Amino acid sequence: MNIPENLRYSKDHEWVLIDGEIAIIGITDHAQNSLGDIVYVDLPKVGDHFNAHDACGSVESVKAVSEVFTPVSGEVIEVNETLNDSPEVVNKDPYGAAWMVKLKIKDAAEINSLMTAEEYREYLNNNT
Amino acid sequence: MSIKKVRQHPTQNESLIFERSQKGRIGYSLPKLDVESKNLDEIIPVDLRRDDDLEGFPEVSEVDVVRHFTRMSTWNYSIDLGMYPLGSCTMKYNSRLNEKVARIAGFINLHPLVPEEEAQGALELMYELQQNLAEITGLPAVTLQPAAGAHGELTGVLLIRAFLEKRDGKARRTMLVPDSAHGTNPASAQMAGFTVKTVKSTSQGLTDIEHLKALCKEGDIAGLMLTNPNTAGIFEKNIKEICKIVHDAGGLVYMDGANMNALVGVARPGDMGVDVIHLNLHKTFSTPHGGGGPGAGPCCCSAELEPFLPVPRIVKEVDRFKLDFNYPDSIGRIKAFYGNFGVMIRALAYIYTHGADGLREATEAAVLNARYISYHLEDTFEKPFKSDCMHEVLFTHKKQARKGVHTIDIAKRLIDYGFHPMTIYFPLIVEGAMLIEPTESVGRQDLDAFIEAMKAIAKEAEENPQLVIDAPHSTRIGRLDEATAARKPILRWKPEIEAASKTA
Repeated sequence: MNIPENLRYSKDHEWVLIDGEIAIIGITDHAQNSLGDIVYVDLPKVGDHFNAHDACGSVESVKAVSEVFTPVSGEVIEVNETLNDSPEVVNKDPYGAAWMVKLKIKDAAEINSLMTAEEYREYLNNNT
Repeated sequence: MSIKKVRQHPTQNESLIFERSQKGRIGYSLPKLDVESKNLDEIIPVDLRRDDDLEGFPEVSEVDVVRHFTRMSTWNYSIDLGMYPLGSCTMKYNSRLNEKVARIAGFINLHPLVPEEEAQGALELMYELQQNLAEITGLPAVTLQPAAGAHGELTGVLLIRAFLEKRDGKARRTMLVPDSAHGTNPASAQMAGFTVKTVKSTSQGLTDIEHLKALCKEGDIAGLMLTNPNTAGIFEKNIKEICKIVHDAGGLVYMDGANMNALVGVARPGDMGVDVIHLNLHKTFSTPHGGGGPGAGPCCCSAELEPFLPVPRIVKEVDRFKLDFNYPDSIGRIKAFYGNFGVMIRALAYIYTHGADGLREATEAAVLNARYISYHLEDTFEKPFKSDCMHEVLFTHKKQARKGVHTIDIAKRLIDYGFHPMTIYFPLIVEGAMLIEPTESVGRQDLDAFIEAMKAIAKEAEENPQLVIDAPHSTRIGRLDEATAARKPILRWKPEIEAASKTA
């Protein structure tokens, strides 16, 4: 299972890349693998505000629809429109081309509560 | 001389009716005109007529149509062909006797608007069915109006909403739903104006009591929607405590009756503290189901909730039956006329042919059959929750996934062995779920054949996983590309699509 070292992770299997005061959010390799072929991605609107753990979108696979929870609070400044037409990117490149949302971080302290790559690897070992 | 396998013949590979079209072919002939002919413009003005030439409309003869649809009908799998172990669906046999009774001329020719005096038999049948469902659930008041399960859920939570607004003089807005629930539960609650909060399951697959208590402490609790046995096939043994916690928080308990086939004649939700339940007549009471519907989702409730039931209600006055609209607190009508009457006839026939002892026996056989499968397959497939199952048993693909064989592959391979697959990827609380519900309608031979097929597939997964991953092999069409079908759906036939496929 691919778990990049430079990202932080949530228990709901989202990843976060911190870039200054911007958080880039997507779902992990484990999440896309469990969901199976992704057929539709529903993203929020630019300007939406979310608190940490709010559902900010959803991904639909051939098996089920699952919500995407934002691991940190903030305002949506950009969404990845390419996923509307090419949802399969989530399966192919979950940590790269399939980023979902960019948030302007509201509370930087929340980042500390997220798991490191090592902690997430251990979390997966214990929970799957 | 060699005889080759025929693949192009229509019995082996059916084309669409559009593709069978032949220019100018028709399926009718009109008699000779024996009246004065009229100009079409005098009958239908030009501006009301369609003037395109209906390109692509199939031009076929009667025999083309009959053969096309008859051939496709033989491709169906149905409950009349074999075991249909779809978990949570209770695909039990639909008795021919029920069909015969439902076709009695006095019932099928009855117009829904005839005066009450002329529909006494139909009203008596509905009244009798209500009485029986009340006895079976232990909840005294019944409406037969809801057209199916989710409609019954909506009716149930609307009753709760109306009751709470009358009792408290204001609304309560939080509906609790366990994470193992059918997806229709949160949808019904949302539709009735509630906000849904999710109750977690424990590692034993039961409702987490501590989490339920914590959510109840947050206040504004309208109720809990609980399926029992739950969707993991496990009886919520703490049901009385669960009901008490919700009642103490001022809410009511709605039970989803989807899994009543595990309880009928043995235990009653009303005795457990449940306030309202819906029943699926098309599951538990053997009326046709899944394409052969329609369904029916009657609601049974406590005396407290009775004033809010939909109108008209069927009441008995001495020996006459009446439709009574005079319930000022009623949530109103929720279905045109009185519900799906044909389904009610079949359900009552099912109850009467079984009797109380027979209903209990059916329940016991349904649970025994599921436990028989559980016992024989628990060393072969991972069983995520160790408790004894009720009428359905839950496994996962965990052991087979190590070889790259997943639930979807096992389900597809089962088709090659002649079985309809089980419910897959539900409930969502376990990964790679396979939910198997044999019902009481299968005997030991069928159960053994199913168990043998599942063991054979597990062996194949171990020794030749690609065989399972590529399944099915015995069907006319192989594994369908569900992902492309969902990502780039082609929703209807168009002439240009056929033209493109011919030149390709």
